Amino acid sequence: MNSTNRTVVVTGIGATTPLGGDSASTWEGLMAGRSGVKPLEGERFADLPVRIAALAAVDPGDVLPRPLARKLDRSAQFALIAAREAWADAGFTAKAGEDESIAPERLGSVIASGIGGVITLLDQYDVLKEKGVRRVSPHTVPMLMPNGPAANVGLEVNAQAGVHTPVSACASGAEAIGYAVEMIRTGRADVVVAGGTEAAIHPLPIAAFANMMAMSKSNDEPEKASRPYDTGRDGFVLGEGAGVVILESAEHAAARGAKVYCEVLGQGLSADAHHIAQPEPTGRGIAAAMQNLLDSSDLKPSEVVHLNAHATSTPQGDLAEIKALRKVLGDDLDHVAISATKSMTGHLLGGAGGIETVATVLALHHRIAPPTINIDELDEAIDADIVRGEPRVLPEGPIAAINNSFGFGGHNVVLAFRSV
Amino acid sequence: MAATQEEIVTGLAEIVNEIAGIPVEDVQLDKSFTDDLDVDSLSMVEVVVAAEERFDVKIPDEDVKNLKTVGDAANYILKHQG
Repeated sequence: MNSTNRTVVVTGIGATTPLGGDSASTWEGLMAGRSGVKPLEGERFADLPVRIAALAAVDPGDVLPRPLARKLDRSAQFALIAAREAWADAGFTAKAGEDESIAPERLGSVIASGIGGVITLLDQYDVLKEKGVRRVSPHTVPMLMPNGPAANVGLEVNAQAGVHTPVSACASGAEAIGYAVEMIRTGRADVVVAGGTEAAIHPLPIAAFANMMAMSKSNDEPEKASRPYDTGRDGFVLGEGAGVVILESAEHAAARGAKVYCEVLGQGLSADAHHIAQPEPTGRGIAAAMQNLLDSSDLKPSEVVHLNAHATSTPQGDLAEIKALRKVLGDDLDHVAISATKSMTGHLLGGAGGIETVATVLALHHRIAPPTINIDELDEAIDADIVRGEPRVLPEGPIAAINNSFGFGGHNVVLAFRSV
Repeated sequence: MAATQEEIVTGLAEIVNEIAGIPVEDVQLDKSFTDDLDVDSLSMVEVVVAAEERFDVKIPDEDVKNLKTVGDAANYILKHQG
């Protein structure tokens, strides 16, 4: 069973995002160029400098039965909903071991978040202060632990090959998918449920991000606030939700007759070693990750036609990424249709790599790149082909796409996919 | 005003329904929290805390392990309620 460098494919997708409660409605929202950003209502947000966020389109409490939902942090609720969709989409109809489709010891779960169960932690601290020790929920620790979503998804599908949670801030979801790819390549697993989730729309994280001057303060025009590459961009808009994919060895997928969305070519990783939260302005680390991807996979710059950028709508970060892409891809960047879907979904932190992988996979599958909205005036320093306003049809034939995710701490993760 | 055994079972049934989603009519005296009602050790703590509030009773941690069935809990509460 063990081997190395096995081909990995995507056989299922699932998402619950600010644009929709599943991957189909999310994709529809992306194609329509719809913003998921809304005003934050309620007194607890009233004093904050930032009073907008991309709230999930469908509340997970309306989807999951209450006895289950009350034992899960909101981030785990999102992950479970997205994982269930992906699992069914991949053609699995039972838990591992209940039929012949996958053995539990060949199935993994790798789901990441950037912050973990922060809402549980803060809510339970309120309970401790207001109602006393006895009322603190006995579920608090399993709910707040960052590996909670991966573990709960693992329980759901009976994953026994390994359950993992890489943590790298806003690169976490992408790192999870990269980790899952390696589990399959190196023979540890045949199928891995992988992705990212986040639920941090709470006054404390918002106050903290706002005090870093990282967030948009466009409270008067929520739907226009997330504007990557626009000259007026003033920071990211916090989003919540999850994106999950089913990764599978090509031979396993073929043996069970699964439909295949695309191939995963590999990942490139690096670290900036520059600053704990500031992007390295020349894009040195991002370029290194991109180069590592090219060196370690058979991806050719000539076949890359689409890229889902990290582009969070910050003045420095958006630009550093484009500089890095130009440095590594050279003239080949000219045929890459770049989409910044955070213009519509907001920034899901550790969930970003999950939902943007879903978006990248669907872009290859449908051969159409989502638009970047809210670019009224393109920053002239952005030396690349940005898909603005309307979706863009991608070429026929074999094509490849890249999904970028970077995180506070200087983490750079680049994932590559190829059409089948 | 002390609750009767019947009132206690009704109250426990509502608590178990809220926490574990088990229909109230299934919560009977002879039912085991763990084996019949899907109440694991963590959820049992929630059941105990909710019962303490509802019936004005203290159930120390060392006594919780003896409350295996709904009947065990109802009798304990009947005996110790304030």
